Amino acid sequence: MSAISQRRMRPRFDVNGWLFVGPALALIATFMVFPILHSLWMSFQTGLGVRLSFGGMKNIYRLFNDPLFFTALTNTFIFFLVQVPIMLTLALITASLLNNPDIKFRGLLRTAIFLPCVTSLVAYSVLFKSMFVANGLVNTILINLGIVDVGIPWMTDPFWCRTMIIIAITWRWTGYNMIFYLAAMQNIDRSVYEAARIDGVPTWARFLHLTVPMLKPVILFTTVTSTIGTLQLFDEVATITGGGSAGGAAGPGNSALTLSLYIYNLTFKFAPNYGYAATVSYVIVFLVAVLSFLQFFAARERKA
Amino acid sequence: MTSYGLKQRFSTVVVYVFLGVMAFLSIFPFLWMVIGATNTTSDIIKGKMSFGASLLVNVNTFLTQVDAPLVFWNSAKITIIATVLTLLISSLAGYGFEIFASRFREKLYTLMLLTLMIPFAALMIPLFMLMKQFGLINTHIAVVLPTVASAFIIFYFRQSTKAFPHELRDAARVDGLKEWQIFFLIYMPVMRSTYAAAFIIVFMTVWNSYLWPLIVLQSNDTKTITLVISSLGSAYYPDYGAVMIGTVLATIPTLFVFFAMQRQFVEGMLGSVK
Repeated sequence: MSAISQRRMRPRFDVNGWLFVGPALALIATFMVFPILHSLWMSFQTGLGVRLSFGGMKNIYRLFNDPLFFTALTNTFIFFLVQVPIMLTLALITASLLNNPDIKFRGLLRTAIFLPCVTSLVAYSVLFKSMFVANGLVNTILINLGIVDVGIPWMTDPFWCRTMIIIAITWRWTGYNMIFYLAAMQNIDRSVYEAARIDGVPTWARFLHLTVPMLKPVILFTTVTSTIGTLQLFDEVATITGGGSAGGAAGPGNSALTLSLYIYNLTFKFAPNYGYAATVSYVIVFLVAVLSFLQFFAARERKA
Repeated sequence: MTSYGLKQRFSTVVVYVFLGVMAFLSIFPFLWMVIGATNTTSDIIKGKMSFGASLLVNVNTFLTQVDAPLVFWNSAKITIIATVLTLLISSLAGYGFEIFASRFREKLYTLMLLTLMIPFAALMIPLFMLMKQFGLINTHIAVVLPTVASAFIIFYFRQSTKAFPHELRDAARVDGLKEWQIFFLIYMPVMRSTYAAAFIIVFMTVWNSYLWPLIVLQSNDTKTITLVISSLGSAYYPDYGAVMIGTVLATIPTLFVFFAMQRQFVEGMLGSVK
């Protein structure tokens, strides 16, 4: 049988197709699908360590009466409600300025602003921690510039601790998001800008009324992905506050305790409570699912 | 007209200042890291911004606290194995889904894409228990296995396979090549740039991964460079001199990959959340 007729006949069960996709499907079933179902099952169980028994709605009840959970939930929301808009605005402004072909050293500037993306989350967190120590670099600079009289208590005050983490995350991800905007801007017809410029539309109005509406789908997309990323925030807060491995509270007054960090602590630091930790983790699953559906609809809008 | 010109020049200055400040702030922590590597811890926490003479002392402290060659080797081994396996298995699947599409497989594909929504926080406990049951705690296989199952990379390969020319495949079939030969001898070389971009996504993810290795690698001889930096850095009074050496070591490979493959790097990043 020749190869061509073989293709035309298309056997009902073709071995080749399954051989190609089989290994991947087996791995995903074992290390994604099975665990997520297992964790759903665990979320209805209570007890310490491996001695679990069915607890019905007990974990949900505990969730609503757990002040630490609400601290973690609030912190996570603070992080994305404040950080995501700041970062995306910065990224958008930077991208629209860099998109101008008359800018000199464009490639160099773009590379420099993108560079933070190559660092590991742990490495940059440690670097930021060392810059923000009590009498360290940042406070010295702020005092020398006359912006503050005494050093800011970055590590001991809840507000400033969160601020520092927000600064750090913004540093790491602004360039990354900028790249998405730059890529999308390449698809915008430059003649639209030229026409607006000749008509005397000022730069800020061109930005607000031309660039932003045309980039709406990408902006929506980056908003959703950044939010999902922030919902899972772990590496930075664990490294900067030591709340992940060295023990103690996550930042002053647990101000940097995120949901992921709380789940980690419930599982590996306190008396291991797998069932309840699984329940908390399903809060993230729920939030991510809601956001992913939003993203899905945004993507459909992009196609339309 | 002059006022227009002045205004224009002023706004140009503002643009350059803004971009310059952004670029400077982006680069600055890298400078800080390199300068810090040459200073004593007490100089670092005082914010000293000039090169010092303590590089060798810091390297020495780092080497006495950390078995650097072993740690670096652990990271490299995990990254290389995970990257090669992920690229192989995911590209096979991406190719398979696109070329041998069938109704049932299409449904599986949609289900598989749903796993992209699963946050890792919800997987870590059951995965940890699974690995414990298999007796894989403190082994590098435990780090590699969940990484290799990447729905996203499969998606990435399937999307790119749509651009793989049918004629090539048909011609190869006429020539009597078997399906696996077509994949390894024709598809792989033709799709080089897709592999390069996917390589960067996986390489960066694995080299920099923290939470999962933190959970499964508990003995010191299995730890990766990321874990070592974190445990050095999260101490109450970290020895920042040694920490800086660690961050430099951890950043060199990713910086190298970035500058060696800049175009694919950006492509990979853009693709990584498509």
